[in-house]
Amino acid sequence: MATNVYMEALSPTMEEGRVVKWHKRDGDPVKAGETLAEVETDKAVMDLVARADGVLRQVAAAEGQTVAVGSVVAVIASPGETVGATVAAAPPPAPVPPRSGMREAGGGMREAAGVAVAPADATRVKASPLAKRMAREAGVDLKLLTGSGPGGRVVKRDLEGAAPRASVPAAAPTLVESHPASRIPHPESTGAPFEDVPLTQIRKTIAKRLATSLGPIPHFFLTTEVDMERASEARDALNKQLGDQGKVSFNDIIIKATAHALTKHPACNAWFQEDHIRYWREVHIGMAVAVEDGLITPVIRNAELKPLADIGREAKELAEKARSRRLQPNDYTGSTFSVSNLGMFDIDQFTAVINPPEAGIIAVGSIVQKPVVVDGQLTARRRMRITMSCDHRVIDGATGAAFLKTLKQMLENPLAMLL
Amino acid sequence: MANSFDVIILGGGPAGYVAAIRSAQLGLSTAVIEKEKLGGVCVNIGCIPTKALLHSAYIATLLREAKEFGVEAGAVKTDYGVAMQRSRRVSDQNSKGVEFLMKKNKVTVAKGAGVLQPGRKVKVGNDVYEAKKAVIIATGSRVKGLPQIGLEINKTTVISSDEALFLEKAPASMAIIGAGAVGMEFADIFQAFGTKVTLIEALPRILPLEDAEASDALAKSYKKRGIEVLAGVKVKKGTPGKDKVTLEVEANGAAQKIEVATVLMAAGRAVNTENIGLAECGVQLSDRGFIKVDQSLQTTAPGYYAIGDVAGPPMLAHKGSREGVYVTELLAGKKSHAIKYDNVPSVTYCHPEVASIGLTEDQCKERKLDYVAGRFPFSANGRARGTGETEGFVKILRDKQYGEIVGAHIVGGHASEIIHELAVARENEYTVEEVELAIHAHPTMSEAIAEAALDSLGRVVHM
Repeated sequence: MATNVYMEALSPTMEEGRVVKWHKRDGDPVKAGETLAEVETDKAVMDLVARADGVLRQVAAAEGQTVAVGSVVAVIASPGETVGATVAAAPPPAPVPPRSGMREAGGGMREAAGVAVAPADATRVKASPLAKRMAREAGVDLKLLTGSGPGGRVVKRDLEGAAPRASVPAAAPTLVESHPASRIPHPESTGAPFEDVPLTQIRKTIAKRLATSLGPIPHFFLTTEVDMERASEARDALNKQLGDQGKVSFNDIIIKATAHALTKHPACNAWFQEDHIRYWREVHIGMAVAVEDGLITPVIRNAELKPLADIGREAKELAEKARSRRLQPNDYTGSTFSVSNLGMFDIDQFTAVINPPEAGIIAVGSIVQKPVVVDGQLTARRRMRITMSCDHRVIDGATGAAFLKTLKQMLENPLAMLL
Repeated sequence: MANSFDVIILGGGPAGYVAAIRSAQLGLSTAVIEKEKLGGVCVNIGCIPTKALLHSAYIATLLREAKEFGVEAGAVKTDYGVAMQRSRRVSDQNSKGVEFLMKKNKVTVAKGAGVLQPGRKVKVGNDVYEAKKAVIIATGSRVKGLPQIGLEINKTTVISSDEALFLEKAPASMAIIGAGAVGMEFADIFQAFGTKVTLIEALPRILPLEDAEASDALAKSYKKRGIEVLAGVKVKKGTPGKDKVTLEVEANGAAQKIEVATVLMAAGRAVNTENIGLAECGVQLSDRGFIKVDQSLQTTAPGYYAIGDVAGPPMLAHKGSREGVYVTELLAGKKSHAIKYDNVPSVTYCHPEVASIGLTEDQCKERKLDYVAGRFPFSANGRARGTGETEGFVKILRDKQYGEIVGAHIVGGHASEIIHELAVARENEYTVEEVELAIHAHPTMSEAIAEAALDSLGRVVHM
């Protein structure tokens, strides 16, 4: 069967592309992954690559021609196959999302952020009406589920247990059992684990304008450098005490501190929901985990209420489950904020892409000894850079900065978490 | 070897013969062993002939009311013998139809009583059939009497449906013990043919497995037609005489004697698990007497599967047929669509008909579900008014949060036909909103389904 070659969105903001040069000509054999043409986007010249093996046919865009994203610019036919009607820049049923390996510099960060990207051709999710409704109310992304119905259709049983909390009685008991008294009710709590606040006109306008000007999610980034001396000392002491009962990692401390800081800055613990913002009263931290062919963000639920040792144990279990592909939908859905850590890869600093519908994610770099001036003295300290990506539709600069400051204070003085 | 097949099916009823067809379609060499007529109880002494008789009963009732519709038919005379003969022709046609289907699909049919042997073998007379892949047990069920209280089926005064289907004359009076589907249908038939019918049910209401509102509607309708309905009544003792039976019954502690010409036993069925070599092959039974099966319907003996009535409730032809398809697809290495045992429609073809799927309202309460009931009576439905079938209603039970259809109950004309809209809806997880959004032709009985869906959403239109 012939495969259409679309003008792909080679950058998140690209709406049209100009064919600079065809590397392959009509009738040339092509292999998937080979460069077909150079395309000038709104930002750079990028390669448009073949998505199938075959023979290039019916090149519909001449060099120098500008065509809209999603238009068919050629066809890759099987050898010997006769292709029917001539293609004339016909738009496909839905825009083709950007694919890995096809991004501009910075696009790679999209993956580092641990956003579970939907399969490239999943323009439509097959799901029963009941499953769709359950997913909508539970805030579960259907694209992340594997359907067990006919033809891979997502059905009710695939969603049972996938809801973040209320409808997952199985997930809650462990929490309740180990911390019967630790659950401090929020003053304004009405019983729901979140509060829906309608968008004001100005918020709506901000949302619309930023979204159209900056891409699907209008990101901005805040970076700070954290002194990790005391956190390191605390970690050493904790691990000594734990002995062979497990280990606390820096990542666990960061998750705990993030969750704790979010309880003080609920404005950052939110979902953007098109016509309203859902401010969560609970903190569920998504933890980016690299797996063989991508990334996934399993969730540590109610991280704000869990002791560090529990977070450590859970994080380890979830990471193992992720790597062995045993995560259940309720293991990786419903997070309210995410943490992505590339410190172990010696990355000093990076920006992570938000895991929608969350409004923020922090990107954690490696801890390195650096010369810094403390009390007028030059001294070596362990330092770590964290960068927060914020969805500007939800979080404004000062809001994000205030949260980051609290997080920094907590990491620099872990005892502050006890306050 | 001539007697070697991929799949051997013991029993040619609706479970067995459908399994055979599907098996053959999937390219497996298949044999069916049947000791009587192909089609089993369903085709020969169950579903099919009773539907023929019920239609005769319906015509009789209709003619008695015809004057109101402007049709003068004179005095209506009924002849059960003629109706019975017609029902036999219908059954025979269907059984021959199954024979034809076996030939068409190149399924070998062996006539005789099959006995299982170890090593996936079945002995029929002196022949031994060997299955390369599997033996499927589909021996079905049969009627049973109540010998412990003196009501052993004697085939003259104490009969079962097996005999009722061959009577030449409708008896003057009849007590029907058991008001499930079988009892209800025969009460309907014999009442229309002039028999004075007493319907006795031990449980507190007739059609005990249906929604209480359906039971109530039928009790009311039957009483109006002159059927004596005794629910919550225990038969303590039966004394069959030469041409009558005396029943001693007890209701609310009060004893009562009933004398009838014939007693029809319609309380329960026994599965056919005896003398077919189950134990010898290691096929075990459950506590309730059914063949024990796992999720793939395999018995405790590898290579031996069970489908239909012997494999457990609900004992319904369509459930057995589906199991036949499921097992053969698994045997052919296909991924078969899992059977949703909670989505098997249940139909009683009495007048008015009763059809249901999913949970009853009482079951919703027992399970503490957060549900909403939507109702629509046929008395408010234009089509039903036109045909004079205003008895009954549609009732839809939906989950309060998501609108999932947890149960649906229809009492009324053509209930057996219109229930499938809800079966399709449930199978595909449509909520009440998808059902309501589908445009229903006007005027139809089915509109009541859309209205009941709307009623559950608080938006009923024609009420």
